[in-house]
Amino acid sequence: MTDITARLDALPGLDPRAPLLQVNDLHVEFRTRDGVARAVNGVDLWLNPGETLAVVGESGCGKSVTAQAIMGILDTPPAHVTGGEVLYRGVDLLRLPETDRRGVRANRIAMIFQDALSALNPVYTVGFQLAELFRVHRGTSRREAKRRAVELLDQVRIPDARRRVDDYPHQFSGGMRQRVMIAMALALDPEVLIADEPTTALDVTVQAQIMSLLAELQRQRDMGLILITHDMGVVADVADRIAVMYAGKVVEEAPVHDLYAHPGHAYTKALLESIPRLDFKGQPLSVIRGLPPALTDLPSGCAFHPRCAYAREICRLEPPPAYRIAPQRITSCHFVREVLGV
Amino acid sequence: MFRYIVRRLLQMVLTFFGATFVVYALMFANVDDPFQALVGDRPLTDSQRAALNARYHLDDGFFTQYWHYVKGLLTGDFGMSLTGRPIAEMLAQAWPVTVRLALLSIVIAAVLAVGAGVLSGLRRGGVFDTVTLVLTLIVLAMPIVVLAPLAQLIFGIQLGWFPPTATRDANLYELLLPALVLGSLVVATQLRVTRSSVAENLRADYVRTARAKGLAPRRVIGVHVLRNSLIPVITLIGVDIGALMSGAVVTEGVFNIPGVGFNLFRGVRTEDGPLVVGFVSVLVIVFLVINLIVDLLYAALDPRIRYE
Repeated sequence: MTDITARLDALPGLDPRAPLLQVNDLHVEFRTRDGVARAVNGVDLWLNPGETLAVVGESGCGKSVTAQAIMGILDTPPAHVTGGEVLYRGVDLLRLPETDRRGVRANRIAMIFQDALSALNPVYTVGFQLAELFRVHRGTSRREAKRRAVELLDQVRIPDARRRVDDYPHQFSGGMRQRVMIAMALALDPEVLIADEPTTALDVTVQAQIMSLLAELQRQRDMGLILITHDMGVVADVADRIAVMYAGKVVEEAPVHDLYAHPGHAYTKALLESIPRLDFKGQPLSVIRGLPPALTDLPSGCAFHPRCAYAREICRLEPPPAYRIAPQRITSCHFVREVLGV
Repeated sequence: MFRYIVRRLLQMVLTFFGATFVVYALMFANVDDPFQALVGDRPLTDSQRAALNARYHLDDGFFTQYWHYVKGLLTGDFGMSLTGRPIAEMLAQAWPVTVRLALLSIVIAAVLAVGAGVLSGLRRGGVFDTVTLVLTLIVLAMPIVVLAPLAQLIFGIQLGWFPPTATRDANLYELLLPALVLGSLVVATQLRVTRSSVAENLRADYVRTARAKGLAPRRVIGVHVLRNSLIPVITLIGVDIGALMSGAVVTEGVFNIPGVGFNLFRGVRTEDGPLVVGFVSVLVIVFLVINLIVDLLYAALDPRIRYE
């Protein structure tokens, strides 16, 4: 078989100096019988090696769809990528032939999912599912592939890996299963890892273990990590930068500490205020009124305006432009000054 | 696992006696005048009747008769049919042809059902899917008492593609038409189950993972989706084998195949109690054994299922 790694290194337009991953103006819509749902409406993201970008937002804001569009694993139909680019080192993945695109997956960009129990195939051993990667992508022998599988399980610190490699997913605990998922994603040494709510299904102590494992593996490998979550608490500890998404758009992007200290978008501010805090004990928790908009019928202007405390006439009429308020800080809010309090 | 098998075998003993008891009681209640049925229009003298009654214990009470019967069964003696032939010998002649017929028809049905089911599950709403939906509905709606003579008339007699009847030593080609007719009983359900199982598994999270691993669609479907989708289908096929062995009454009757169903039908018609109970007893055992094998196979296919 042709060597996939060599083929990927020779992709036309590949530029080692180009940004590791850059998403420009990505649009995804779901065409269903009930109408067209615009899940992603012009997302811009970028990621450097060794960096952690957290993508946060409510359920249905398009974070997972963005991730799956980057991976190229959306179900088409109903999902259609209708515009934009996903540049990996300067190569637009959306225009790659299917075989090359498949090679990029797992080899260059890998992904882990929220619920490891359903994300792993129940009828094959974890060893088979790990070894499969080496056998398909590297043409490794059965035996060697299994040896590498044991090695990987060891790396994600699954005790007694040699024996557990022959176990089935349901025989692992939730945390151990997510470790298996991580091992699978890292098997072929990808440069980018997309983690879609990797700890949501786990309890708090296990969450912390998984996050520190991810952080450690990322450091070792100098890997870019996109962490999709709705848990603002997890983000603060591990992320370098945050992209806040609302109704299929990145509404604010900032280094993590700047964003927590001075949110630049009315939505970010409301999101941060709705985190329960110990020093506000006994006071009513502030919440964001209303529900996220239906993707089939997005509000005009700024999609957040029906729920926004700062909203005025202009928010209903005009979509806010992206303001660059500091290096690496972008926000799309008409009243950024008022939100920042300057 | 071992304990599970032992427990199932013990359950089988109970089921076996329960089933033979019920069948025996039904035949006992149903018997009108078996000897008259046997001799047809000719007269039967009182002394002949008395001798026959004594020979078949027909003057005894129900439980005594049942006791005699079970005692025979346990010592391997199935008794004599009212036609005077040993039932064990009839069983030995009938079973091979029925087994061949049932296996041939289940293989045809399963291959058709799984093949077409996977294809239509992959392309739901497509032309192929719609055509198979219509075809399966037609097959489901057609009772076998219509289908069997119709197939015999068209393909056996008018077109002459297949022999219209089969004998005890029928080869596979002679059994092909009856097997197709018989398979139509189960093919539609198997196809629909395969289709919905494939469609459901295609949406599963692990399929997304397999795609994220950069696997080619052929491997995603052939390795990941198929194995999961076939679990319920295999179970169904196993149960269907049992159903086909016993359900061949009409088909064997129409195509004149001297198998189990054929004998059973004749036994019921001539009120031949020992013959019916003997054949049903063996059918019950076959059914139970196949069910046990299916359950064990189920555990082998789906590692989440473990029998304690």
